[in-house]
Amino acid sequence: MSGLDGPAPEERPESTGRRNAQGIRIDPEVEARHEPRRTVISVLVEHEPGVLSDVSGLFSRRQFNIESLTVGPTEDDDRARITLVVEETDPGIDQVKKQLRKLIPVVAVRELEPDAMRRELALVKVNATRPDRVAAVADMYGGKTVDASPETATVEITGARQKIDSAIEAFSQFGIREISRTGTTALARGTEDTAGVAPNQAAQRVEQTNQPHTAPSDDD
Amino acid sequence: MSERATSVSPRTEQDRTREENTEESAADSSADARPVTTGAEAVVRALETAGVEYAFGVQGGAIMPVYDALYDSPIRHVTMAHEQGASHAADAYGIVSGEPGVCLATSGPGATNLVTGIADADMDSDPMIALTGQVPTELVGNDAFQETDTTGVTAPITKANTFSSDPNSVGDDVGEAFALAAEGRPGPTLVDLPKDVTLAETDREPAEPKTPATYDVQERADPTIVAEAARRIERAQKPIMLLGGGVIKGDAAAECRAFATEHEIPVVTTMPGIGSFPEDHELAMEMAGMHGTGYANMAITHCDAMIAVGTRFDDRLTGGIDTFAPGAEIIHVDIDPAEISKNVHAEYPLVGDAATVVTQLAEAVEESPKATKWRAQCQQWKSEYSMAYDTPEDEPVKPQFVVEALDEATSDRAIVTTGVGQHQMWACQYWTYTEPRTWVSSHGLGTMGYGLPAAIGARLAADDDQEVICVEGDGSFLMTMQELAVAVRENLDITVAVLNNEYIGMVRQWQDAFFEGRHSASEYHWCPAFDKLAEAFGARGFRIDDYDEVADTIQEAVAYDGPSVIDVHIDPRANVYPMVPSGGDNGQFALSEDQL
Repeated sequence: MSGLDGPAPEERPESTGRRNAQGIRIDPEVEARHEPRRTVISVLVEHEPGVLSDVSGLFSRRQFNIESLTVGPTEDDDRARITLVVEETDPGIDQVKKQLRKLIPVVAVRELEPDAMRRELALVKVNATRPDRVAAVADMYGGKTVDASPETATVEITGARQKIDSAIEAFSQFGIREISRTGTTALARGTEDTAGVAPNQAAQRVEQTNQPHTAPSDDD
Repeated sequence: MSERATSVSPRTEQDRTREENTEESAADSSADARPVTTGAEAVVRALETAGVEYAFGVQGGAIMPVYDALYDSPIRHVTMAHEQGASHAADAYGIVSGEPGVCLATSGPGATNLVTGIADADMDSDPMIALTGQVPTELVGNDAFQETDTTGVTAPITKANTFSSDPNSVGDDVGEAFALAAEGRPGPTLVDLPKDVTLAETDREPAEPKTPATYDVQERADPTIVAEAARRIERAQKPIMLLGGGVIKGDAAAECRAFATEHEIPVVTTMPGIGSFPEDHELAMEMAGMHGTGYANMAITHCDAMIAVGTRFDDRLTGGIDTFAPGAEIIHVDIDPAEISKNVHAEYPLVGDAATVVTQLAEAVEESPKATKWRAQCQQWKSEYSMAYDTPEDEPVKPQFVVEALDEATSDRAIVTTGVGQHQMWACQYWTYTEPRTWVSSHGLGTMGYGLPAAIGARLAADDDQEVICVEGDGSFLMTMQELAVAVRENLDITVAVLNNEYIGMVRQWQDAFFEGRHSASEYHWCPAFDKLAEAFGARGFRIDDYDEVADTIQEAVAYDGPSVIDVHIDPRANVYPMVPSGGDNGQFALSEDQL
């Protein structure tokens, strides 16, 4: 090829320093690693058609690893709350929040503290040859029998993911016929807003108030 | 230097004139405003209120009511040959004018044909609004004739889109789309218009375009971080500025230029950032990245502080992330917080409008970095890796020579549009850009066929004395050349230079480098005679085979007052260098095939 001067690539001076896969500059000796962690993100959105599709579409096209997504109305008729559980690295979680904020119908986005109240609901349908024993196990987990037939019993359980997991394990002795579980829904503790004001204001408010609130229950 | 300083400012004056004009025309149209009677009239009124001068589109069943309302409007509609052409023309109009370009299409195939242009605008953050017809609401969801879920299809490639279901608010929806396309980080927006909504009676005048309350753009960066960044710049020994497309979109070229020259900081641009800094300036290191100059890539690889403005660190710029500017701390100015630390971690994130934040930085930096040695190093790289090529008389014409000849034959303010491929890279490398908004190309999406429809949009947005030159390749030109019919119909003064090597040249280059020269489907065994094809369309056709024809033919084509096409038969073996292999280290660029 024609006339570009200069040394070949391998003869050129090497630069010092490196970046990791997340583009963060690192000391070659101690490479910064980012392990994925699971976290809850609460998103307040305009209550209008298409928002859930915008949010889920965002997650699929950016390949964010989503664990669960729940949505429901709030105290304000014009607003809905979406609760997302994601498992991502710190830079990934940061991107999730920023990309969500970019969606026009999104009002507020907030990552919840680890002590936030988190609940799931499960309906477990088991074989009920011994209804009394089913009721006893349901009782242990604060569950409620919502349907009973000569052959089956369906129990409703709410609580943190781990509690539901262990309840299901306990029920398995009867023979589980079907399970239906919701994703996680969550609210911040105490006077803290979950995601109701502008995100930066929310952050300030947390620092300012920092009031004591009810202790995390056994469920968490 | 002082000449160039003034050459940046006329842009703003021009903007002002344009604003005044639009205000006048808006005032005029509202003075003899006919009352709004239908949803379609509300749509058109919203466009008039927003100051729209041109709209690009193609008629069709579901959009007919809107076209009917356009019939009485001062907005000039340009009928394109294909909806893809309409979306590219609107996109280019937006780049050159700074105001959202408007495109229209009917439902179904009309809307899906817009998709490529919308995706293109989305990747490049170009302000654009697309208005699509839709089947009547009662038929929506029934797989009606020419029905497509347009908002569904375009959700991932628009900044915002709306299915407009109420004739009383359809005008406001269009106004909102307009405001959203233009404000903050620009982008394409879409409003889907069901036929019953546009036909329905309403007397609601649309409100002034405004963004929804949930849309909040931060203008000024956090002063604490600005101060920290300023200290970092002051103690930098090897600083560079990296200017991206956001500098041009945010009209911050003058501020960046002033900052770089005051503190004598070498400037590298991204491909969308071309024109943000005059390439004939001593501090200019020109474009970096896969096909960037060797000196730009050396500067990026060895700098210790990078002031990156309005760039999203695309992989074609960075190469492998782990080797990108490995020793540099990054000061990242961007209006979109999601771009901060998306691809490259920013030590100093500055979220805000580019012009505002660079001004904040300029006020905060008290003394220039001491970088005399670094500047000398940069100059040395410039001579070491100078962009050069040879022109043996017995070989076919070199494409680089043609690009330089086109540059020479036109003024500094000439606008260049391109398709995508080797010709696009030569147009980046061998044209000396000095003005913002004179480089119009498809960067992020890399859409072949972008050049000609973009030239049409650019022509209508440009000043009369600005030449519009479209550099195309044979493969790329064949994808949208039907738009020549539009250029002729509208008598647009455009010069198309087709760099014809009878190959999908960039693919051929990659096949040579990475697929053992197996030219699978990249070779055109036969190409039309583009000069004759131009004549058939009613344009002027020219052909270049030899060096001695280049200057005269180009001069004649540029002088011709109307569309002309030059079929330039270039060296079919010419390849684009320097080249950083995909995902490679920017400092390890190849200067020829042997080095890959």
